[in-house]
Amino acid sequence: MSKRVAYFVTCIIDALFPDIGEAALDVLERQAVQVEFPEAQTCCGQPAFNAGFQEESRKVAEHFLDVFKGYDAIVTPSGSCAAMVRHYYPELFKAHPRRDEALDIAAKTFEFTQFLVDELGVTDVGAAMSKPTRAAIHDSCHGLREMHIDRQPRALLSHVKHLTLTELAGHDQCCGFGGLFAIKMGEISSAMLKDKMLNINAADADIIITGDASCMMHMNGGLSRNQSKKRVVHIAEVLAGRI
Amino acid sequence: METNPKNFMSSVVIALQDIQLQTALDRGTTRGVNGRIAAMGETTDANVLRRQGRLARERALNALPDLLEQLERNVVANGGQVLWARDGDEANQLILDLCKQHNVQRVSKGKSMATEETKLNHALEAHGIEVNESDLGEYIVQLAGDTPSHIVFPTLHKTKEATAQLLHDKLGMPMTDQPEEMTRFVRGVMRQKYLEADMGISGVNFAIAETGTIATVENEGNNRLSTGAPRIHVAIMGIEKVIATWEDYAVLVQLLTRSATGQRMSVYNNLMSGPKRASEPDGPELFYLVLMDNGRSGIYETEYAESLACIRCGACLNVCPVYQNIGGHAYGWVYPGPIGSVISPLLLGIEEAPKLPYASSLCGACMAACPVEINIPDMLLKLRRDLVKAGDPTLEWKAGMKLWQRAMQSPRLFLLGVKMAQAGTGVIAGKSGKIKSLPPPLNAWTNSRDFPAFPKESFRERMKKRKANQQASS
Repeated sequence: MSKRVAYFVTCIIDALFPDIGEAALDVLERQAVQVEFPEAQTCCGQPAFNAGFQEESRKVAEHFLDVFKGYDAIVTPSGSCAAMVRHYYPELFKAHPRRDEALDIAAKTFEFTQFLVDELGVTDVGAAMSKPTRAAIHDSCHGLREMHIDRQPRALLSHVKHLTLTELAGHDQCCGFGGLFAIKMGEISSAMLKDKMLNINAADADIIITGDASCMMHMNGGLSRNQSKKRVVHIAEVLAGRI
Repeated sequence: METNPKNFMSSVVIALQDIQLQTALDRGTTRGVNGRIAAMGETTDANVLRRQGRLARERALNALPDLLEQLERNVVANGGQVLWARDGDEANQLILDLCKQHNVQRVSKGKSMATEETKLNHALEAHGIEVNESDLGEYIVQLAGDTPSHIVFPTLHKTKEATAQLLHDKLGMPMTDQPEEMTRFVRGVMRQKYLEADMGISGVNFAIAETGTIATVENEGNNRLSTGAPRIHVAIMGIEKVIATWEDYAVLVQLLTRSATGQRMSVYNNLMSGPKRASEPDGPELFYLVLMDNGRSGIYETEYAESLACIRCGACLNVCPVYQNIGGHAYGWVYPGPIGSVISPLLLGIEEAPKLPYASSLCGACMAACPVEINIPDMLLKLRRDLVKAGDPTLEWKAGMKLWQRAMQSPRLFLLGVKMAQAGTGVIAGKSGKIKSLPPPLNAWTNSRDFPAFPKESFRERMKKRKANQQASS
C-alpha cells in the first residue's frame, strides 16, 4: 500500500509565491511521490504563537489537525512552518484533549529537503540551472536550529548541473525577518537586514538560495529597495529547474 | 538618559545611530563569537561537554535549598560567616553594616554583576565610603560614570579609542591606541588602591557546596589582590550560583571561560575557602559570604526555572544579532542580550520590561551558543504569552489577531482575504509589482524594505487548473 503524503504549501507561499508552491510539488511528483493537496488548509498558526496569542494560535492549529488527519506524512517547503508543527504543537497542546493527535501530526511533518534526503533517500533530483550559476546558501534559522536542516540542501544542490556552490559569510545569521518582529521591532529588524545585505552583496554568488519563502521575501525586499542586483530564491525553484 | 527597560524602544533608536557604539559592537561581539567557537571547537565533543554542564546545573538547581545550607555549614566550618539577603537593599545594608562595624573607609572591588543589581557602589558612597573598581573594564565604567553594557566585557560599548580619550581626560594618560599601554597606565594608578583598602568585595562565579569554597575567574589578578590584600573579604552571590561538587566545577569552569572569553582557562582561577588560617602568611582576617535572593526564589518553582541555570558567560549576547546591533545599554538593566530579555522581566516584574520579550527574531542563535543549553527562545515565547494574558497588547493587535484566527479557520475566508489583498496590493504596487509604502503599523516594514504585490492567482487557485489539466491529459 502506498503512503498517503499531504502537501502543506504554507499560507505565505499560497498567497504570495505560488511559483514556489508549484516548484516544490513538481520536484516531489518527479520522485514518483503521490502528493495530495488538501484544499481546506490555511496556516500552521505560527504568527499568533510567536506573538504570544496562544489561544488564537491553538484554534488555527486545531484546523490544521483536522485538515491533515490520516496522512502518513505532511511535507512543507518551509523549515519554519515545519518547526512550528514539529516542535511547538506538542507545547501548544500540552494540556489539551487533542494532545495525542498533535503529537502524531508533529512526528509526521517534514520540511521539503528533509523529506527528500532523509525520508526518500534522494540527493540527485536531476535538476539543472538554465545557465552556469554561482550560488550561496542562507540557512534559515528555524530550519537550521529547530529542524537541523543544513546538510540536506547542500546534498541536493551539489547535484544540480551548472550550479557552483560558494560561501556566504554569516550564512547562519538571521536576516531579521522574525515574522511580526519585522513590524514590532522594525528598526532592529532593518539593522539586521542591513548586516545580511552587506554579506550578500560581498558574496561571490549570483543568487542566494534559502529554504523559507518568508526569509526570501524579507531579504529580497531589502535588496530591491537598495537596487542590488543580487536575488534570493527558494531551493524548490532551483531543484525544479525553474531558475 | 536614565537607562530603564521601559525606554527600550527609544533607546534602540539612539543606539542604532551611535557610530562609535556600532564600531565597538562590531569589534567586540565578533571577537567574542570567534573566541568561543575556537575554544569550544577544540574540545573532544563540545555538545557532550554542554550536556554535562547542563546536568551539573540541573543537579544544583534541583537541590538548591539543601546545597545552600550545605554551603553555609561549610563556609562557617572554614571560619567564614554567611549573611542572607532577601533583596538588593538588604544586601547593601548588610555590607554597609559590616563597613561600619569594622570601620571601613576604602573598598576595593572585583567584578560582580550581583552588585550591579544592588547598586552597591552608590549605597556605600552615599555613606562616605570610597569604592574602587579594580577590574579594568569596571574601572573604566566607574571613571566614566557609566554602567556595564555586557556581562563579561563591561566596556564592550566603548572603542579602545574612546577609552584612551577617557583615560587621557580623567587621569592625564598620554594618548595611545595600544590597549597594553592603557592597561599598564591604569595598573600604576590601581596598585596603591589595593594596599589602602580595608575591605575587598568580590562576586562569585561558582560556590562549591561540598567544601564551602567560592570560585572566581579573572585575567588581571585584580580579583586575587582585592580579595587577598585587605583585612576583610566580602563575597556576594545570587543564590543560584551554588553547585554541588568539585567535579561539577571542573566541567562548568571550562565551559564558562571557553564560552565567555574563548580561553581554555582564565589566567587566574581563584578558589577561596574562608579567611586566612593560622598557618597561612597572608589572606583576609575575616570572610563574609552574602547569599542574595533578589527575585530568584520567585522564579525557582516556575516554568522559567531554567533561566537560573545561566552561568553568566555572555555567549548569547555576542552571538545575538539584536545585541550586535543595539548593544547592552538599550536593554535598560543589568543583564542585557537574550538572557537579559528573559531574566529582566522575571526579576523586575514583567510590567517593568514589557518590550524585552519581543526584542528577538527567535532565531535561536542564543540557544545554540549557550554552554548549558538554556532554551531562551522558548522562554521568550512564554513571556509573550504571559504579556498577552496580562492584557499588554493594544486593542488593535487583539482585534487583528482575532480576525486572523477567524480567517485561518476557514479556507473560504482565507481565499477571500487573499483576493482582497491581490486587488489592494495590485493597485498600490502598480507596474513594478513592489510596494514601497504602506500605512502604519505596516510602514515599519516599508520604511526600509519593499513588499511584493500579491500575484493575481494564489497557489490554491492554480491547483484547480493543474488538477483539471492532469485529468484532461490522463
